[in-house]
Amino acid sequence: MSIFLNEQSKVIVQGITGGEGTKHSTKMLAAGTNIVGGVNARKAGTSVSIGGRDLTVFGTVEEAMKETGADVSVVFVPPPFAKAAVMEAIDAEIGLCVVITEGIPVHDSAYFWAHACAKGNRTRIIGPNCPGVISPGRSNAGIIPADITSAGPIGLVSKSGTLTYQMMYELREIGFSTAIGIGGDPVIGSTHIDALEAFEADPDTAAIVMIGEIGGDAEERAAEFVQANVTKPVVGYVAGFTAPEGKTMGHAGAIVSGSAGTAQAKKEALEAAGVQVGKTPSETAALMREIIAAR
Amino acid sequence: MDLYEYQAKDLFAAHGVPVLPGRTVETPDDAAAAAAELGTEVVVKAQVKTGGRGKAGGVKLAATPAEAREKAQAILGLDIKGHTVHRVLVTEASDIAEEYYFSFLLDRSNRTFLAMASAEGGMEIEQLAVERPDALARVPIDPIAGVDRAKAAEIVAQAKIPAAVADEATEVIVKLWETFVGEDATLVEVNPLVRDPQDRVVALDGKVTLDDNADFRHPGHAALVDKRTEDPLEAKAKAKDLNYVKLDGEVGIIGNGAGLVMSTLDVVAYAGERHGGVKPANFLDIGGGASAEVMAAGLDVILGDPAVKSVFVNVFGGITACDAVANGIVEALRMLGDGATKPLVVRLDGNNVVEGRRILDEANHPLVTQVDTMDNAADKAAELAAAGAAGSAGVAGA
Repeated sequence: MSIFLNEQSKVIVQGITGGEGTKHSTKMLAAGTNIVGGVNARKAGTSVSIGGRDLTVFGTVEEAMKETGADVSVVFVPPPFAKAAVMEAIDAEIGLCVVITEGIPVHDSAYFWAHACAKGNRTRIIGPNCPGVISPGRSNAGIIPADITSAGPIGLVSKSGTLTYQMMYELREIGFSTAIGIGGDPVIGSTHIDALEAFEADPDTAAIVMIGEIGGDAEERAAEFVQANVTKPVVGYVAGFTAPEGKTMGHAGAIVSGSAGTAQAKKEALEAAGVQVGKTPSETAALMREIIAAR
Repeated sequence: MDLYEYQAKDLFAAHGVPVLPGRTVETPDDAAAAAAELGTEVVVKAQVKTGGRGKAGGVKLAATPAEAREKAQAILGLDIKGHTVHRVLVTEASDIAEEYYFSFLLDRSNRTFLAMASAEGGMEIEQLAVERPDALARVPIDPIAGVDRAKAAEIVAQAKIPAAVADEATEVIVKLWETFVGEDATLVEVNPLVRDPQDRVVALDGKVTLDDNADFRHPGHAALVDKRTEDPLEAKAKAKDLNYVKLDGEVGIIGNGAGLVMSTLDVVAYAGERHGGVKPANFLDIGGGASAEVMAAGLDVILGDPAVKSVFVNVFGGITACDAVANGIVEALRMLGDGATKPLVVRLDGNNVVEGRRILDEANHPLVTQVDTMDNAADKAAELAAAGAAGSAGVAGA
């Protein structure tokens, strides 16, 4: 098992004809993802040859779903058009929409998130500005490199892409059920809590790593959730202890404002909830190795 | 991007929010001229992107142009919480009957927008929220429905703004929402929003934060960047499209991915505790690509910082393979030539790491040291920075 994504997932790529869309579709196919088509209204009816497969380009998400049975969409559409692309996926009620695009205005993200909620959250949104979700050996929806790790019992949820990769690589011998990059924007779809809840319910996940960073209060809320609802061991890491107040650290959401959103506050909240927090990524990985070894 | 008060008010005016006439000036003489032009009693207000200007002596009343000159003289050049005052806003002094508080902001926790309003304005909002939480109305705003007159009237009622000015306040709130949405702001705050003796409602101050991600649909926003107070290294990095933040330490940092770079800063700071307290000198995320050009541009910015004594290049090869990154480093050093003067500690891991390390070994550049884990590399970089700092201190002392 895995969460959100498995070998049965049928994936379409919105923006498949763009540079990033084509490049990562190739990699996803190589990782075993069952890509069944793409979407681009202006190139509807054509097809693209990617990784030795001819993929049909559909005019809309709805049409692609009807023709292929797709249940996952990965969005590579550039920021000015991303809102419309995600709205379309939500309207078509696709099960999972993974928004890779970086740099989407927060008014647009807040708008499509409100739309997803108004439609009863039939579409799970991951991102935006995220690396996606991978269930190693089964499927990969996004840009997470598939060959740095293996399948195994750890579940991982992280705001950061490269820290996800770093952690997957450090723990590659043990392996992962699913790894999810939820994204570093101020407004995102799926949260740490959504992933924790799914990992808790997933029989193939034995332990969970959660990686956070400065800004917002998602980690504090996740800590409360862990305390109340998670029985599996959780190891945490938080980046940004040295980030000064008022400076945005790369991710639009990574900013400490006033006393809120500091790494120290997040670490304390996690520890109070019984989560072991590593001081560095390697120390965090070591904590996880101990937990797995003691099973 | 945070705006100055005068910039915020310009946006307010453009969206029909009532503000008082005024002019932004940079010299005492121009302040006198602006006061003469207005022909009223004026307020001279320091333009800095921080709160507490009044307490710091940055806001003064002036009855005459001569007095405006005098007050501007006193305020210009003032240091307010580390911000030097380069400009003052000379604006009509207003008669205030009542002060209210109003803001629209992004509510991250609830992934929506929020209106906050109170009939008790003027004081710091944090203080109000703590001392008189009942007096501060918090009204969630649906990003799709937005704020129409009915919603604005609901906010006005919840904030207990008096009936006599309810209509005016409602009107102003609708226009502030238009500013918030129309300009892609993540914060629009008016404190105080005042009621004057004629029952007009006016924005007496303004604080606006714009979403940089939306710049593509606001070509005018580029002009709002204040080149003067921008750190020169940050300006240089921005011109090269690099994601750079200047910090105050000695170890230059280059990495790929915001989270990994933040983590690198922390690991270097921990290592610095063992090496004379050296700290990270900057945040620099070169993104997923890490081509030779981007690496060279990044190194160029970091080596241009005189405080930097060593550089830590921390790259995890995820999308980009380590051999490409190694080639980027070698090529960057070649492009910089004699411009590269400080020791580089490089840690590569991930895709094609063996080939990447081989390329750097083979290039055998005298400034480059390879270390194979992030923790050990941070330690080495901190050690070299501490040695470099001691060395330059010795030269300065000689």
